[in-house]
Amino acid sequence: PALGLFLFTIARDPLRIIILIAGAFFWLVSLLLSSLIWFIAVKASDPQDESLQKGLLIFGVMFSVLLQEAFRFLYYKLLRKAIEGLVALSEDGCSPISIQQMAYVAGVGFGLMSGAFSMINLLADALGPGTVGIHGDSQLYFLTSAFMTMVLIFLHTFWGILFFHGCEHRRWWEITAVVVMHLAVSGSTFCNPLYVGSLVPSYLLMAAAAAWAYSLSGGSTQNLRRFFLCKF
Amino acid sequence: MITFMNNSDSEEESCNERTSLMSAESPPVPSYQDGLQASEAGEAQAHRKRRTGGSCNPTNMADGEAPGRGVPVRASTSESEEEELTLKYGAKHVIMLFVPVTLCMVVVVATIKSVRFYTEKNGQLIYTPFSEDTPSVGQRLLNSVLNTIIMISVIVVMTVFLVLLYKYRCYKFIHGWLILSSLMLLFLFTYIYLGEVLKTYNVAMDYPTLFLVIWNFGAVGMICIHWKGPLQLQQAYLIMISALMALVFIKYLPEWSAWVILGAISIYDLMAVLCPKGPLRMLVETAQERNEPIFPALIYSSAMIWTVGMAKPDTAPRGPSQQTWDAAEDGRENHRSPSHAASQMSETSPAPTHPITSLEELEEEERGVKLGLGDFIFYSVLVGKAAATASGDWNTTLACFVAILIGLCLTLLLLAVFKKALPALPISITFGLVFYFSTDNLVRPFMDTLASHQLYI
Repeated sequence: PALGLFLFTIARDPLRIIILIAGAFFWLVSLLLSSLIWFIAVKASDPQDESLQKGLLIFGVMFSVLLQEAFRFLYYKLLRKAIEGLVALSEDGCSPISIQQMAYVAGVGFGLMSGAFSMINLLADALGPGTVGIHGDSQLYFLTSAFMTMVLIFLHTFWGILFFHGCEHRRWWEITAVVVMHLAVSGSTFCNPLYVGSLVPSYLLMAAAAAWAYSLSGGSTQNLRRFFLCKF
Repeated sequence: MITFMNNSDSEEESCNERTSLMSAESPPVPSYQDGLQASEAGEAQAHRKRRTGGSCNPTNMADGEAPGRGVPVRASTSESEEEELTLKYGAKHVIMLFVPVTLCMVVVVATIKSVRFYTEKNGQLIYTPFSEDTPSVGQRLLNSVLNTIIMISVIVVMTVFLVLLYKYRCYKFIHGWLILSSLMLLFLFTYIYLGEVLKTYNVAMDYPTLFLVIWNFGAVGMICIHWKGPLQLQQAYLIMISALMALVFIKYLPEWSAWVILGAISIYDLMAVLCPKGPLRMLVETAQERNEPIFPALIYSSAMIWTVGMAKPDTAPRGPSQQTWDAAEDGRENHRSPSHAASQMSETSPAPTHPITSLEELEEEERGVKLGLGDFIFYSVLVGKAAATASGDWNTTLACFVAILIGLCLTLLLLAVFKKALPALPISITFGLVFYFSTDNLVRPFMDTLASHQLYI
């Protein structure tokens, strides 16, 4: 689905592709920094202590989430400056791309990169021989990973829209809501492999975020109804 | 700015460089081929820069390109318009370069991942004589540094040699060199590549069919690159050539040497293009003085100018020159959009240019950006090496890929700002190297641990 999003909405406009790649780059840098912190923490601690390792891992995850959001904010700042530059350059005084489109594309960029990093080794291994869950782990590993990744990509997209909107209109509560949601989703994955604990809340949160982002972007139930009625 | 580029020249040079690599397998190959590569890379970058600069100054290009027109397109208003157009088209140009670079990298990565041949160590080139199978780390490091020094000096020698040839107008020699190298590249390397791919997928192929396929591929390639041909086909061939070259590099360069060479060559690139005494800069300036394109075969151009023949009598003498100019890979030069040029011309020179203006609208000028083939090759080498040797596999490859693309973006941005030839390698390669080493060592354990617990961040 993320690839479909990309193909249909982003691939046409070169500016959007650049913003997408830059968004992915920012996510990558945030991942780099967070893994650096985790690595240092692990090296500085006792490798034999299991619970400490787990605790460090949890700490690493939370820290990474916070860093991602921080980088999203930095990216927002960069895009603001870029928009001013583009407006100055364009002929008729208005930017060729609006901040909402940028928010969307940035969200997709973040999402794609995080999804790619989560899934791609899994996919490569899935091509080879093997049995899922041979050591007593869940047999649904691949399926749930796929669903989780998809929901995460969508969530990143919606969070991008919400976050930028919050920054635009200086509504701090929106921004904190995004951060809290991200933390909640990551935290819910801690109860994997009890999948009901992680997938279900994530999807619920995604639905909520989708509705919120949709209303922020100017949609309404009327639009929805018209959309569905035209199609069917 | 260089307006005309002779494709054949650049290609031959690139061929020479490639053939020099071949010398590892076939000793009689002269050593200057390596230099060609260096010079190619340098030129490519120089060309690239120039080209990008050219796109920024379409008036310059227009002047250089169509001297016959005699229309002083340059005007103060036009320059500011040009700048706007440049930056406005900037995104489009970036994408026009993203796509071929991405394609090249995809081809290289796909081959590395699937064909076993390119990751086996079957010897080294004579340009990297020191082996890396030494027991101690220090010895290995020393060997790789020595390898790098040898390689870079070979490249520098070749570049200087090429510049001298160009300065003293030994065009025939350069042409011959380029043709020879592209011949070798197109036929020999393709033969090896096809052989390995067929071996991997266990597909039976008889020699006559193989001969036919390779002959067709090679002949069409030679024609496309050195002479005229459809733009897309030419671009496709250049991409394939770059990918083949990168694969050879990946196979025959030992590990640490490859990384040190990548770093050293980006430094060399930076110096060769920006220093006043740098060979590439001299090459660019000489070509600009003579108002000729530089070695088209070494540069990837993203746009071409098709000129419809102008039937006006006073433009007739210019017509043929324009035709030939367009026919050769002039497209590399950045040209204004025809309507814009037309409007500009009508602004600047009223009566005599009007008929030309109307005819010009038939032209399909597009601003294009040029990127040297050496840049393609080294980007692909970086990503291919990441795919081949990183234990984090796809994550590292993906990270390097994004890093290189962002570096390319930044370089093009700088190009738009500075409006002169810039080295394409340093920023991208630096990003790529940083991301490769950091992803491989830092991110990989983190992601592995996360994945084993199925945690998501």
